[in-house]
Amino acid sequence: METLTAALRSLLPHDSVITDPVRLRTYECDGLTYHRATPGVVVLPDTAEQVARVVRVCNDFGVPFVARGSGTGLSGGALPREDGVLIVTSKMRRILEIDLDNRRAVVEPGVTNLAITEAVRDRGYYYAPDPSSQQVCSIGGNVAENSGGAHCLKYGFTVNHVEACEIVTPDGDLVTLDRMDPGYDLLGAFIGSEGTLGIATKITVRLSRAPEAVTTVLAAFESIEQGGQAVSAIIGAGIVPAAIEMMDALAIEAAEAAVACRYPEGAGAVLIVELDGPRAEVDEQFARLTEICSGAFELRVAAGAAERAAIWKGRKSAFAAVGRISPAYIVQDGVVPRTSLPGVLAAIDRLSHEHGIRVANVFHAGDGNLHPLVLFDDAEPGAGERAEVVSGAILDLCIEHGGSITGEHGVGVDKSRYMPKMFSADDLDTMQLVRCAFDPRGLSNPGKVFPTPRLCGEVPGVRKGVHPLVESGKAEQF
Amino acid sequence: MLADTGVTIRQADADDAVNGVRPRWVALPETVEEISAVLRACAEQDLAAVPAGGGTKLHWGAPPERCDVLIDLCCMNSLIEHAAGDLVVRAQAGLTMDALAAALAEQGQELALDPPFKEHTTVGGTLATATAGPRAFRYGTPRDLLIGITVVLPDGTVARSGGRVVKNVAGYDLGKLFTGSQGTLGVIAEATFRLHPLPAERRWLVATTAPAGDVLLRLAASQAEPSAVEIDCPDGKEATVAVLVEGAAAEQRALGLREVLGEGTITAEAPEWWGLILRDDVLLETRFPPARAADALAAAGEAGFAFRGSAAAGRAYLELWGEVAEEELAAAVTRLRGRIEALGGRLNVLATPYEGVDRWGQVSGLPLMRRVKERFDPGRRMSPGRFLGGI
Repeated sequence: METLTAALRSLLPHDSVITDPVRLRTYECDGLTYHRATPGVVVLPDTAEQVARVVRVCNDFGVPFVARGSGTGLSGGALPREDGVLIVTSKMRRILEIDLDNRRAVVEPGVTNLAITEAVRDRGYYYAPDPSSQQVCSIGGNVAENSGGAHCLKYGFTVNHVEACEIVTPDGDLVTLDRMDPGYDLLGAFIGSEGTLGIATKITVRLSRAPEAVTTVLAAFESIEQGGQAVSAIIGAGIVPAAIEMMDALAIEAAEAAVACRYPEGAGAVLIVELDGPRAEVDEQFARLTEICSGAFELRVAAGAAERAAIWKGRKSAFAAVGRISPAYIVQDGVVPRTSLPGVLAAIDRLSHEHGIRVANVFHAGDGNLHPLVLFDDAEPGAGERAEVVSGAILDLCIEHGGSITGEHGVGVDKSRYMPKMFSADDLDTMQLVRCAFDPRGLSNPGKVFPTPRLCGEVPGVRKGVHPLVESGKAEQF
Repeated sequence: MLADTGVTIRQADADDAVNGVRPRWVALPETVEEISAVLRACAEQDLAAVPAGGGTKLHWGAPPERCDVLIDLCCMNSLIEHAAGDLVVRAQAGLTMDALAAALAEQGQELALDPPFKEHTTVGGTLATATAGPRAFRYGTPRDLLIGITVVLPDGTVARSGGRVVKNVAGYDLGKLFTGSQGTLGVIAEATFRLHPLPAERRWLVATTAPAGDVLLRLAASQAEPSAVEIDCPDGKEATVAVLVEGAAAEQRALGLREVLGEGTITAEAPEWWGLILRDDVLLETRFPPARAADALAAAGEAGFAFRGSAAAGRAYLELWGEVAEEELAAAVTRLRGRIEALGGRLNVLATPYEGVDRWGQVSGLPLMRRVKERFDPGRRMSPGRFLGGI
């Protein structure tokens, strides 16, 4: 580690290489604080060329490296390696180019998601993917995780809004992957690969034109079933809102306690529906929406930006708010087909009663992306274990219903053990072919996404008994 | 041997040729397992295989270095599942886009892709060639609407990625990798797509004036939200512009766009050239920054190509309007590529009968692409040599 540090110091300014144990601990986890590891050394490069040099040094020393943006990830995707280098992109936060004629911006990976919108909002444009952490999360991290947000039902995910990336490959080469280029869609494969295929150093994003009209509606229902039926009816009517969000009674209670969002009293569920587009279209859809939501006991319509923000306030603060009503909680992130929502929500309710663990539901109802908040008291013996059982059982439910173990938070280190439940050994081996093509030495964010990856020399599909890493006790097979 | 797989096999004839290369056999698998059996047999015998859908673009790309077996997916033409409430469809690769559209329309939905030749082109072929139509401006290209895929690798391994939910970030997205891979990584067997409700109304605004660049930009950026802004210029001189508006109040929004364009007729029918490729013995595709559409149009015309495609999405097909010899075409492509690249764009030759034409130009990611090909197809048995860099 000392010779490695010396090599890194020869590449970067003195204050860009951190080895002080106290300062290293600042970086020991991302947004999922449950997993912690102190990085061997932290570097803060200024340029793509510096990132490439750092990666080449890691190759020379055969040590793993992990990239980290703002550290808001919720799956431990940026969990450092104690035996490796953590490459932090927080100094790389320049907006390099804004080209409204071509609806794009070129930015460095450390730029925050919201900063892009703020740079173009005055001129009627915005960057569409909007994770709840958009004020702080970095665009490089969004690319790594293929982040979404409340508006991806209509507008898609990061991968649908990135035109090109300059990346440093796991070998330390600078390569540009562009949607315009012919050949394999390596850009598409790279986005969402959670840092295992290299590090994005320059990102060209597509900017979207702000819609002419936005109407945000809050509908309060007596029960979660009624709310769910309204969601189905909206989609069935051929309306694709910009967002459909739902919260159950417990989530509303938490939001109320935290930010006094003043959602209608006594609601079993609230639905936030946002329509946007040309004014004539929004007006027509709003008329139909009002009819569909006629079962709601209260319907609020936000006229302006301030009222809209007030409606969203409760939803946006829900994750943090549950801290007010529970000492500890697990944020789960699973997906089910929209039509399975009623059955799955009922099953979650049963699980909750069986295990004596409260579950608050806050979710992107339009695309079936559940975020159950599994609440427990960490001072109570066994509660944490029961919460984990409930949390895992919810993922099993998602898989059973043809859904996914993650809709937007990523697999990271947290869910790699669930991958074999969702994918066969052949599926996973095939994904490893991509990994081996990009990263034959397995140095780029190893241990994430996949459980006990096969070594690149092995022929996929051919099982050869116990994996050498398992045999040597260095890994566990799930 | 192939016959032992139990899969229907017939002798190939001249009509089965892939860009002039005649295979020995044609395999007609009916299931994913049968594709796997064929590819396993090919692996054992070191036979080269080329997958084929409707055959509409089989002459696109370079001729294969060798081709023993054509894997014709025409028998895999089922719509497996249409979950209308989830806005999701899963289909076999050999289903034609027209048949798929007809089935989806019964439930008031559509797969918002409009690739050329859709009467014959298949789900698998559309994905393998990543062909997009006018509405890519609003809905994206095949890779943007694909949410799950089942593929068979050259060694017979069946692999799935993605799933049947729109929002899903578990694992690598093999669907992206196979979209546009031109049959060089394996066989696409099944695909799952996100759908859209059929729009209540559609209106086209059509004008027959050469468009100025800034007018095109204003149309594309209009809050009337057009789904497509297309240009057709068959002879290098007369250009027609057509703008599509979909959804509620389409007529009213089209009227607003006419104010931007300054003229034009509003109709409920697409112009006859909309989304079509008329002649593709020599076919180029250009991509360009949308603000340079007028320049790309001019450059194509001066080089002797018809231009049809999306000003707003920065993507157009170029058809040759005369006959040229090999050297002439090679030189024209090189010159035009130079001009398009100077605009910040790209020029790809999708189809040409001539070997001496540089089809793809330089690509930054080529070394990585070669490594992907080596991992997926170390024996070089899948459509060898068909794609860029001899992949």
